[in-house]
Amino acid sequence: MLSRLPKCLATTSRAAQRRFISTTPQRKSDALFVHRDTTYNNPKVPFEFSPENSKRAQEIIARYPAQYKKAAVIPLLDLGQRQNKGWTSISVMNYVANLLEMPPMRVYEVATFYTMFNREPIGKNFVQVCTTTPCMLRGSTEILNTVCQQLGGIKPGETTKDGKFTVIEVECQGACSNAPMLVVGDDFYEDLTPETTKKVIDAFARGEKPKPGPQSGRHTSENSAGFTALTSKPYGPGEFCSPEFQ
Amino acid sequence: MFRSSSATTQVVLKASTSASRVVRPFRVKLRSQRSFATVTDTPVRRYGGLKDQDRIFTNAYCRHDHGIKGAMLRGDWHRTKDILLKGDSWIIQSIKDSGLRGRGGAGFPSGLKWSFMNKPGWEKDPRPRYLVINADEGEPGTCKDREILRGDPHKLIEGCLVAGRGMNASAAYIYIRGEFYQEASHVQQAINEAYAAGFLGKNACGSGYNFDVYVHRGAGAYICGEETALIESIEGKQGKPRLKPPFPADVGLFGCPTTVANVETVAVAPTICRRGGSWFASFGRERNQGTKLFCISGHVNNPCVIEEEMSIPLKELIEKHCGGVVGGWDNLLGIVPGGSSVPVLPINLCSEVLMDYDSLKDAQSGLGTGAVIVMNKSTDIVSAIARFSQFYKHESCGQCTPCREGTTWMAKMMDRLVEGRGHQREIDMLLELTKQVEGRTICALGDAAAWPIQGLMRHFRPEVERRIAAFQAANGHVGFGGHLASAVDPSLAVPDNLGLRAPEPQAGA
Repeated sequence: MLSRLPKCLATTSRAAQRRFISTTPQRKSDALFVHRDTTYNNPKVPFEFSPENSKRAQEIIARYPAQYKKAAVIPLLDLGQRQNKGWTSISVMNYVANLLEMPPMRVYEVATFYTMFNREPIGKNFVQVCTTTPCMLRGSTEILNTVCQQLGGIKPGETTKDGKFTVIEVECQGACSNAPMLVVGDDFYEDLTPETTKKVIDAFARGEKPKPGPQSGRHTSENSAGFTALTSKPYGPGEFCSPEFQ
Repeated sequence: MFRSSSATTQVVLKASTSASRVVRPFRVKLRSQRSFATVTDTPVRRYGGLKDQDRIFTNAYCRHDHGIKGAMLRGDWHRTKDILLKGDSWIIQSIKDSGLRGRGGAGFPSGLKWSFMNKPGWEKDPRPRYLVINADEGEPGTCKDREILRGDPHKLIEGCLVAGRGMNASAAYIYIRGEFYQEASHVQQAINEAYAAGFLGKNACGSGYNFDVYVHRGAGAYICGEETALIESIEGKQGKPRLKPPFPADVGLFGCPTTVANVETVAVAPTICRRGGSWFASFGRERNQGTKLFCISGHVNNPCVIEEEMSIPLKELIEKHCGGVVGGWDNLLGIVPGGSSVPVLPINLCSEVLMDYDSLKDAQSGLGTGAVIVMNKSTDIVSAIARFSQFYKHESCGQCTPCREGTTWMAKMMDRLVEGRGHQREIDMLLELTKQVEGRTICALGDAAAWPIQGLMRHFRPEVERRIAAFQAANGHVGFGGHLASAVDPSLAVPDNLGLRAPEPQAGA
């Protein structure tokens, strides 16, 4: 019933006279949750940890009880993703499953659940713009538009043609007092304005790495107009403690 | 009552008035001396204005060395051995005396929570025991733990040891959200330094107590901030909350007794032990004692993270530390006082409330994580709350149906209400929907998704109604679900439950 409602709006136009099974808008989820073999992503593409990553993997596994090796799945997938140019292919997942002696499906479950695992290739610089309310209040929409414009009019979720940049919208990154902010790789760029955003993106486009942190000149999350706390020298060991701990 | 015109009551009334006239001279006399009935004003105590010497996180702004040398200069690891040797009951009693409540949002008394680990006969349990630190800080507006992790990581590591000793844990896992790469490396550096100095590991600090600390990085899921989801995530599964009971104190991480605590809660523990519970309890109102990191974001002139006394008035917090609201206090529209999960407060409440658990609860909001999101009159409040709904839709783990479906419904309805495309009755439908999600899920994410919308409708309903009226004035009648009445083919039989013929409720009806 519902599906037939909008049809009558367009009865005059010819194209709309085709019969659709459903006219509700198709909205895809932001990520595909099934794997389809492609030329670049199929189980036959070889993957294994480099010697130094193997060593690190063993260190990570040693942090957990011996019978709970699978607890290391998230750190190992992260390690594999870093080695595999920033994305987790099916081969990475299979390799980790093999290494931790767990069913591959349990690894796929984890890799699809957590948003930081990219299951499609990404550009060299992975730009993540936070658009949740605290950033939105400080103008993150403008920042996102600036980034997209600066990269040749791509849309969030797309990669530039030269493969240098991928832009996505992300949820809160936990730097709200330094809003608006974006993340490139692992580094936070905070206190942005459209101008400083352009500078940051341009620097990455030139292959440089600008200094992470607030771009407005403040150090971290202090009051930018001057300190309202922690102005004096920090107190030392035993100072102000109860008598038995002085 | 006075209307009842029976003769007897009138007589009684007359009698009482005449009696009071007679008694009055006596009363004046009595007032000079104190009796049980004397009403004296309680002394007014103003909160706020914490001094630097009482701030716990002295390197919150990363102006000093975050490594072990700098940390020891600032008083970390000072006589930790003596704290450990005091034993578990002394540590827990100190925390109980300090009145510390969990800083992660729920505000459960920490001393009590930690004491659940030491049930009678716990020594006979052969299982290892874990302390898990929740550093999965993802609540929109919250950025306090980040400053601890990167500025004062040794306070956290020492806190793990002290809290771990209090609950007789054998190891601690620090679950840091995956996005905090720099912060995780600071914590890892601190752990390595502490091991090298002999503060951790076998015979930690020379106390004869063995304790290990590990870092576990997450991979981007807000839901992993829920304690049982966090445990699942460390175990290498999807972060889906578990049913309670069994509570983590009985069956937690790897099936062993576990306590999950927020970074800030644990990091203040050593300082409380050294300076005494009564020192910490001297700040803030009764039942809300202590100091707290507040993070202020949004439309203030100078957003910042600040450690202040609990119960500081919200207005003072903003005017003193953040340079005021952009455009002045009168330009304020509303404040979300505790992160995205708590309802928004309008300006008249904002000028009254104190920043503590009880005062904000009385104002039908909550302290949450102490993340203050300020919105001035330039804000589109409906779209700001709609963005929260989008956030919860994205972050719902999908385990419980009311939350998985409800967050999507709420997000869709809120998106329509931003432009006003809806029927006036849909506001109540949306509220009913939030009530259906609230309290019907395993974890509190469903509640957290519902509360911002309830807060919006409680205080800003006229704004939403105005938008609906404006949209209808421009586009004609709108049915339920945003269907335009003008788009309906009158030759079709349209059922009534689409609301296309339902009249708009009249104002005041």
